[in-house]
Amino acid sequence: MISAQRQSNIGPILAVVAALIVLWYLGAVGMNWGIQSDSYQRAGTTGVSFSQQLSDVLSQEKPILPAPHQVLAEFWKNTVQQAVTSKKSLVYHGWITLSATLLGFAIGTLFGIGLAVFIVHNAAMDRSLMPWIIASQTVPILAIAPMVIVVLNAVGISGLVPKALISTYLSFFPVVVGMVTGFRSPEALQLDLMRTYNASRVQVFFKVRWPTALPFLFTSMKVGVAASLVGAIVGELPAGGGSGIGARLLAGSYYGQTIQIWAALMAAALLAGALIASVGFAERVTNRLLGVRA
Amino acid sequence: MTDGGKSHTVVEAQGLGLTFNTADGDVEALSNVSLDIRRGDFVSFIGPSGCGKTTFLRVIADLEQPTAGRITVNGLSPAEARMQRSYGYVFQAPALFPWRTIEKNVALPLEIMGYSDAERRDRIARTLDLVNLKGFEKKFPWQLSGGMQQRASIARALAFDADLLLMDEPFGALDEIVRDYLNAELLKLWARTKKTIAFVTHSIPEAVYLSTKIVVMSPRPGRVTDIIESTLPAERPLDIRETPEFLAIAHRVREGLRAGHSYEHTE
Repeated sequence: MISAQRQSNIGPILAVVAALIVLWYLGAVGMNWGIQSDSYQRAGTTGVSFSQQLSDVLSQEKPILPAPHQVLAEFWKNTVQQAVTSKKSLVYHGWITLSATLLGFAIGTLFGIGLAVFIVHNAAMDRSLMPWIIASQTVPILAIAPMVIVVLNAVGISGLVPKALISTYLSFFPVVVGMVTGFRSPEALQLDLMRTYNASRVQVFFKVRWPTALPFLFTSMKVGVAASLVGAIVGELPAGGGSGIGARLLAGSYYGQTIQIWAALMAAALLAGALIASVGFAERVTNRLLGVRA
Repeated sequence: MTDGGKSHTVVEAQGLGLTFNTADGDVEALSNVSLDIRRGDFVSFIGPSGCGKTTFLRVIADLEQPTAGRITVNGLSPAEARMQRSYGYVFQAPALFPWRTIEKNVALPLEIMGYSDAERRDRIARTLDLVNLKGFEKKFPWQLSGGMQQRASIARALAFDADLLLMDEPFGALDEIVRDYLNAELLKLWARTKKTIAFVTHSIPEAVYLSTKIVVMSPRPGRVTDIIESTLPAERPLDIRETPEFLAIAHRVREGLRAGHSYEHTE
């Protein structure tokens, strides 16, 4: 049933991808055509055929919008054709970003779960903490990130940890909100039943609240892991000349290397996809163990 | 209370009252309820919705607090009795945990009460056999029919050593055929385990068929209008429901319910 559904999804998805690629090519040609004409004029070249100009437009060095095959070529060159230790390798930069993302995500998830436990078990915590937690997410992360990096750097902490903390800041929120809801979602009947057994709060937590909250955890983690990646990349922006996908994006924009930017964006997108897929995989394994109806 | 009283009376209520404070004003869920449940009794509570039958069961279980009168369970307060795990409760819905297999669901109270692994296995096997669910140990609740799920929840309530079984319309959501079958099964189970059972229902035939004692209740305020000691024999095949004796008791229950509805005739 599920696998049949998944198979039937592939067709529509490929159709959308194909449409996007066509649009992308039209956009690339449209946006870069004028620049190409200007450069012919400056060089005094005349009588360029349409097909010649089209081919030139799609192989510019710094196009406004690079064509998909240019991004792919750049991506290929900086992943497969580079040693992973090279500063040019997107695998190297991707790993730097990924390690900060994972550390931040792990801390954020644990922190979020911990906060949710407190909030659910203590009415005062609920009233006093929840507004602050929500307020924390209204602060623009782009404004805070440089301060975190600078302040921590001043006290001698640099590299992985400051970036991970920005990831934590973004990823704990969906977890805490999801888990508060999850921990509160056991049915009244199930809680009554535990009361008739004279079960302790700890037993109620591990035998009822935790298993009930698991589906909420995985949903929150999918949002949280994507936010974590954004946090790590944002954390790399102010680092300047450092490593990581964020640093690549920044360097690319300094030197107008649009193809490099797009290749780094592609790496970030692939990372995000892989992270979400991993959480999804963990969810399916857990569901199978818990006998969730397929 | 003396020791002699304790060994015969399981539940004793005197002038029990419970008033809920709701947004629409006070609701008198129970008013001046006095009755005894003796060891080995099968007591049914019958009445229309709002008559306080479920509330009374929940007071016995210490899930609601009375606002007037006195009640003891095994000679103790309901809270003390609950802490001693003196009763098993079966709700209207099976309330099985979907992430646990049937055997793990039955194991839940045993885990909480700290029974050993060997003891758990033994009791799971014994109680699942008692409710005819042998062979379904590894199934998840959704793989079972509604009637089987409710039997599993009964097994769960029987798994630990409580002599009192509180059942709140356990078969209310099941169809007539399944219900007849489970009623007969429940009687057999009661005879084998010698438990004391308090059973809430809104079905007259069910109450008469099962009980040694029928408590008829009426609403607004929730109160007892009649207490009928059944004269039916202990051995009850399903067709006992066609006998004059059965019909006479059912008639009296119906009269009691009718009396509860007209305010001039309260007993």
